Formats: sequence, structure tokens, C-alpha cells
Amino acid sequence: MRRATPSVLGVVATVLAKDLRVELRTLQSVPAMLLFATTIFVVFRFGLDRTRLDGALAAGVLLVTILFAALLAINRIFVAEREQGGFEAIRLAPADATAMFLAKAAALLIYLVVLELFALPVFWLFFLDDAAGLVPMLPVLLLLDASLAITGAVIAPMATNSRARDLIAPLILLPLLVPALIAAAGAGQHLLAAGGPSYEQYGTWLAVLCLYDLVFLLIGWAAFDFLIED
Amino acid sequence: MSAPAPQPADARALRAAGLSHAYGDRWVLRDLDLALGAGETLAVLGPNGAGKSTLLRILATLLRPTAGSVAVGGHELPGEAWRLRGRIGYLGHQPLLYRDLDARENLAFHAKLFGLGDAGAGRAADLLERVGLARRATTRVGEMSAGMVKRVAVCRAVLHDPDLLILDEPLANLDPEGVATVAPLLGPAPGRTRVVVTHDVDAALEQADRVLGLHRDGSVAFAAPVAAVGADRARSIYAERAGAAA
Repeated sequence: MRRATPSVLGVVATVLAKDLRVELRTLQSVPAMLLFATTIFVVFRFGLDRTRLDGALAAGVLLVTILFAALLAINRIFVAEREQGGFEAIRLAPADATAMFLAKAAALLIYLVVLELFALPVFWLFFLDDAAGLVPMLPVLLLLDASLAITGAVIAPMATNSRARDLIAPLILLPLLVPALIAAAGAGQHLLAAGGPSYEQYGTWLAVLCLYDLVFLLIGWAAFDFLIED
Repeated sequence: MSAPAPQPADARALRAAGLSHAYGDRWVLRDLDLALGAGETLAVLGPNGAGKSTLLRILATLLRPTAGSVAVGGHELPGEAWRLRGRIGYLGHQPLLYRDLDARENLAFHAKLFGLGDAGAGRAADLLERVGLARRATTRVGEMSAGMVKRVAVCRAVLHDPDLLILDEPLANLDPEGVATVAPLLGPAPGRTRVVVTHDVDAALEQADRVLGLHRDGSVAFAAPVAAVGADRARSIYAERAGAAA
């Protein structure tokens, strides 16, 4: 039988297609994220007792909601690989195991984009007078999504190996995400300011997010083989 | 097509020296010396907890040994494990199948991981036919019986026609019909080396070239050609009480 070493991109596509197929079939992660985000918005609306937010507070509510919704998916993203043998399967195959890391990060990124397609209109409806600030927020959110997805795909295999999976992932992940959240909030507080968006240090904050994503992409690339060992 | 891996000087299928493994401070495999030629079958016998599955996971490159050395196809583990990827067929206690995918989707997934290309789908369909699951190919694995899952797992293990088959109780959960359908896929074949954990002493002695017996504490009771190990001696390791290894 002819056997070839599959390309990294081929394996990424294979694992990603499998994950999306399973998610569409089971609806385990994305619906929970949507429901959770909506619930958090409701809690903030009544907890803060305000119908309109702007500036740093608006950015904080949006980013914290996305962060905690992301944790739901990050906690689950490697469970099937651990419990149903995906880690062993890729280690037996002539495939670069790093491809699984990239596929999981891509899956998380897709989940987060889907979440935001739903959550941003809800956020606008609940808290904003107009959507002018949300448009320039999109690149910020996309880069923050990448931060959450990449860092989540680095930390989640370690957490999945632990019995305290649901506790370990947030405990390790949240401190690591602080720089990305600072950058996203730094950009967001000006974009969501009362009176319309301002672009103070916009490029700088985007560059910080890009750098953060690149650093954790390299860490994941280098470490993933070791993270999935028994 | 990838370039063939360079052939090492010692190309015996398996070689282990002083191989040991511990989980924390609990040793489950102790000081194992072993050699197996290419194309031979090694039967591994021993009571539950004797370290059989641990040994198989080490040979399959899935677990790093705690001490000692081990080489598969002349490649030292774990350092050269990457050279063996795609050459080992492993059937352990876990089927390595996704419960939310059907049998055909699972095999297609593994075929892509193993770089089988367009031939993978045909090979998967052929294997499902041979194990009697062609009509259940679109049934999700999570909805299958344990025996059906085992049959799909057998298909998964031999999908890429591996040089080395590592089988951990491969016939467990199978009814006689299931045994009859999977046995030809897992049996001896030209150039195929096999390591088989089983509790069926008679079958082990009949089919294997060499037999390894492990005491309950993970130490070696015997590791010899089948002719040198009688049935009574092979069965004797199952008569040991816990904590009473020789």
C-alpha cells in the first residue's frame, strides 16, 4: 500500500474538518458559548444598573464576556482527543502532531467568530447608542480571538490531562492572557468612547496583539509534541 | 512519497534491555530483556496488572520507558520514534475512534492522517466489508455495540498495512463470528511482526514464535521460544496470588 507523509496543512484540514463536523452534529460548544454570553450581558445590564455604557467600561464588559465564553470552548476542545484516543492516533501516524495544535486553534477561532457574530448585535442592543465604535473593534476582536484560540490550544492539552481540567485551564490561562486583554481594552476604550470612536494608539495596540499571537504560536509549535505525551 | 528511512545496523524487529516502567513510585514493568526477529510473533502472557499493556504502549511509541533501552526496527525509543510513525498498527483497550463519527468517517480520518490518499477510502470500504460492517458504515461509533466497535478498531489498526502489529487482547468483546472475521486481518502475514497480549494460553502457544510471561509484579517469568515454554509453565503465571510473584 502506498503511504505518504501527509502535509501539515493537509492534517490541519483533516482535524479541523473533523472537529467542525462533530460540533455541528453535537452542538456541544458554540450554543453554550452563545447562551453564556447573553446571560453575562443580562447580568451586567442589571448588575451595573445601566442601559448605556461607553469607554473603558463598555470595552471591559465586552471583552470579559468573550473571554469567559471562550473558556467554555477551550475546556472542551481537547476532551475528545484525550478520552477517545485522538492524541494516540496522531502520535501513531506519520503526521506532524503540531498540525493538531493548529487545527484546534483554528477551530477555537471559528467558534469565537461565530460567537461574536451573535454577541456583538446583542451587546449593541443592550449597551450602545450606535454601532460606530464596533466596526473598528472588529480587527481588535479578531486578533484577540486569535490570542484566545492560540493560547487556549497551548494550555488546554495540559488541563485535559488533569482531573481538575475545569479549574486548571482558567488558572493558567487567565494570567497568560492579561497582556492580550490589556491591548484589546486599550484599543477598545477609545473606540467605544462616548461621542464616537477615536483611534488613539490604535495601531500600537493591534501590533501588540499581533506580537502576542506570534509568540504563543511559536510556543505552541515548539511545545505541543510534549504537551500531548502521557 | 516520503524517502525510506535509513536501515539501522541492528534491524531486529524488537530489542529491549533492562526495560522498566513506573507510574510514580509504582513499578509495573521490571528489567525486561527481549529480542524478536522480523516477521515473528511474540505472545505476551500475564495476570492483570503485570505490565503487559504498559509494554505495548512503550513499543507503540506512546509511552516513554522509565529505565532501560528499547529499539523497534532498530530505531531507539523514544528518540527515534518519529521514524516509526505510520509503520505500527496499534490495537489497545481504547479503540481510538471518535464516538460522534460513523465508522466510515473514522476510517477516512485515519486514512488521511496516515497519508493513504485516494486509496484510503477504498481500503476502508474493503475492510468494513471484510469485518461484516459494510451495512453499518454510516452508524456512529457511539451507537455501536462493543463488538462492532472492536471490529471497526481492527480496521483502523490495519488500515495502513503496518509492518508491526501491536495487539492488546485483540479478540476481547468479540463473539465467535467476530473472531472469525477479524482473525485473518490480525494474523501472521509475510514481513509482519506481531506482539500480542492474550490470556488464551493455548492460542498463544499455537500461533506465536516466542512467548513472554510476566509476573504480577511486572518482573519477567520467562521470555523464550514457544518450544522452550510448556503449557503448564505458561499457565502457572496465572495461578500466582497478588503479591506472591516468583
